[in-house]
Amino acid sequence: MPNSKSAYSFSNKKEKFDTHIIVVWVDNEAGVLARVVGLFSGRGYNIESLAVAQVDEKLKISRITIVTTGTPQVINQIKLQLRKLVPVHKVADFKREDKAVIFKEMALFKIVGPNNKLESALKACKKYNPILLDKTKKSNVIQITALRREIDKMSKDLKKFGLVSVSRTGAVAMTRGADIFK
Amino acid sequence: MSKLYSGAEIVFKCMEDQNVDHIFGYPGGAVLPIYDELQNFKSIKHVLVRHEQGAGHAAEGYARSSGKPGVILVTSGPGATNVVTALTDAYMDSIPLVCISGQVPTHLIGTDAFQECDTTGITRPCTKHNWLVKDINDLAETIHKAFEVATTGRPGPVLVDIPKDIQFQKTKYKKPKKENKSNGKYHNHFNQNSIDQLIDLMSKSSKPIFYTGGGVINSGPKASELLRELVYATGFPITSTLQGLGSFPGDDNQFLGMLGMHGTYEANNAMHDCDLMINIGARFDDRITGKIDEFSPNSKKVHIDIDPSSINKNVKVDLAIVGDVKNVLSSTLKSLKQKKSKFLKSNKQKTSKWWEKIQKWRSVRSLDYIGSEETIKPQYAIERLYELTKDKDSYITTEVGQHQMWAAQHYKFNKPNRWMTSGGLGTMGYGLPAAVGVQVAHPKKLVIDIAGEASVLMTIQEMSTAVQYNLPIKIFILNNQYMGMVRQWQELLHDKNYSESYTAALPDFVKLAEAYNCVGIRAKTPEELDDKIIEMLNTDRPVIFDCMVDKVENCFPMIPSGKPHNQMILGPKDQESKKITGKGKSLV
Repeated sequence: MPNSKSAYSFSNKKEKFDTHIIVVWVDNEAGVLARVVGLFSGRGYNIESLAVAQVDEKLKISRITIVTTGTPQVINQIKLQLRKLVPVHKVADFKREDKAVIFKEMALFKIVGPNNKLESALKACKKYNPILLDKTKKSNVIQITALRREIDKMSKDLKKFGLVSVSRTGAVAMTRGADIFK
Repeated sequence: MSKLYSGAEIVFKCMEDQNVDHIFGYPGGAVLPIYDELQNFKSIKHVLVRHEQGAGHAAEGYARSSGKPGVILVTSGPGATNVVTALTDAYMDSIPLVCISGQVPTHLIGTDAFQECDTTGITRPCTKHNWLVKDINDLAETIHKAFEVATTGRPGPVLVDIPKDIQFQKTKYKKPKKENKSNGKYHNHFNQNSIDQLIDLMSKSSKPIFYTGGGVINSGPKASELLRELVYATGFPITSTLQGLGSFPGDDNQFLGMLGMHGTYEANNAMHDCDLMINIGARFDDRITGKIDEFSPNSKKVHIDIDPSSINKNVKVDLAIVGDVKNVLSSTLKSLKQKKSKFLKSNKQKTSKWWEKIQKWRSVRSLDYIGSEETIKPQYAIERLYELTKDKDSYITTEVGQHQMWAAQHYKFNKPNRWMTSGGLGTMGYGLPAAVGVQVAHPKKLVIDIAGEASVLMTIQEMSTAVQYNLPIKIFILNNQYMGMVRQWQELLHDKNYSESYTAALPDFVKLAEAYNCVGIRAKTPEELDDKIIEMLNTDRPVIFDCMVDKVENCFPMIPSGKPHNQMILGPKDQESKKITGKGKSLV
């Protein structure tokens, strides 16, 4: 093993990075998102995508879904550090490969072009629950819900049909079956 | 109908109910309503500092020496930003602080008003939690909650930002809630099974060591008592981090001295070679572990800590016990007495070879230095200071640098809460205001700041505070005219290029003391040192002691850059043979 170059010694072991989805239940109060996001940036953790919204109006609870990558040790730290934050109630975490969990992203595509291309675009989206949200003679706005890599692919594939604008959300997650996140 | 109180009154009502007797602060526009109420609350004494950073460190000194949270009161804008260093310092060393800051009136927030800053935004990463109070009806509850968050679990600083209009508005006062609902943030639920595992590991080990830290001190004096009981009951050797000094008697035979970058040869080698490491309230900091890949390669590691996120953060451990040190130690002792009542006897044989090895390391005498009759060696100065004060139950604070390490090595602490030093953040300028806070908490005790001339100049203005409140703190400056630790690293790692580490225009510290209306004493030779120290101790006023020491003395032993525990540099003689290579230079 080569010598470490620093007294701030880092492990030379190369550990595998896993993609995890972290779900956090927080009090919906001023600055709470900044606390969560600041913890990630301050400690050098990644954020691949982020989705936040209030889910309980009465208790004022928001649910934050964060897609992140890290070694098992880093993922464990993320969870433990999040649990220390005062407005955090609960933290759940699962691997992207986890079959017991569904996760979805939504995308809006604007296609501009002649009619045949608009139709081809809509056809191409068929697998991803397409909904036509807006239609004019020259343009379509299509909504799809799919996995990240599927949306990545569609964003590329639709270019030839006149895709001019893409807007997409971060992933949200839900367990399959009757179980809920613990 | 119950009485209505203004926000400013509520601040003090809360402090009364939280048993606050001293606050450290500095007035300004956005806290004037609070300062206006001060006179009506006689049980709360305000200590006026000269800079808000000083208020923060004084509150830290107060908290660390008394076990109670330190309270700070500052104004908006620069008042709040000046206290950020102290909050960060307290965050790193787990010191409970409650900082109340004024803010511009709510209708002006976000307009770049005079002395406005985003205080909660700026202090978010350096507090356990902070609050901006926008509704007078939330004020009392928020302040009570602030005290609870600061003092429960792993302690730390919190901040409550109160806009000026809220300080004027009136509402009913709410007393603190009796039951401590901790929102799941406070962990003290270890099970008997882990205690049994610990005892099993202890009884199987032939090369054990206790490695203890600031968590023992933070857990209260009872934790230190229990630690002593456990160490004596097991006969195991014990080493301590910088922050843990005092939880176990420094002059006891089972104590191997401090470990880490400037720890003793025996402590570091024992950490490297042990087969069982029991970490109690320490956090495997990088100044402790050295090269992490080669850190104590053959040991089972046990980690007792109140903060779950400390477990497996830097070093993976075999057994984790999450809980308050005091409770874990008490359970361990109870089980040990029940199951292995003759532990010490049965274990003596097993660890005898280990102790022989430790004695061999000890005989290296790694803290020795080459004495001098002409110049005062800094280590000698600390040794004499210790000898002349050890019967006085003295409180020691330090700045940051060589003097801090020499103090940790050569001053022996026998009680917890007697040693206040900035470890995690390493804040130069910490010691003088911290001494002010310690003396406020313990008016009759001897309080000494072991300082360096460079560090002490960073917060020297607080001498004025000490004089105003008749706080007879002793500032013991080891004056070598260099930023000593910087100079040492430049010598060892940067080919003796002493870039900007020499202070060419130092003040005359004796005259400076006189200017502050306190007492200045200077010692130049080893011969006069004792008399001068005695003169300092006999002076019942603040003293600046200018101890002129060897300018180029280095602090040894030392784990050089990128090396594990068992490859220490010992002293001037050993140095030649273990030159730091090019690869080791990029360390700090």
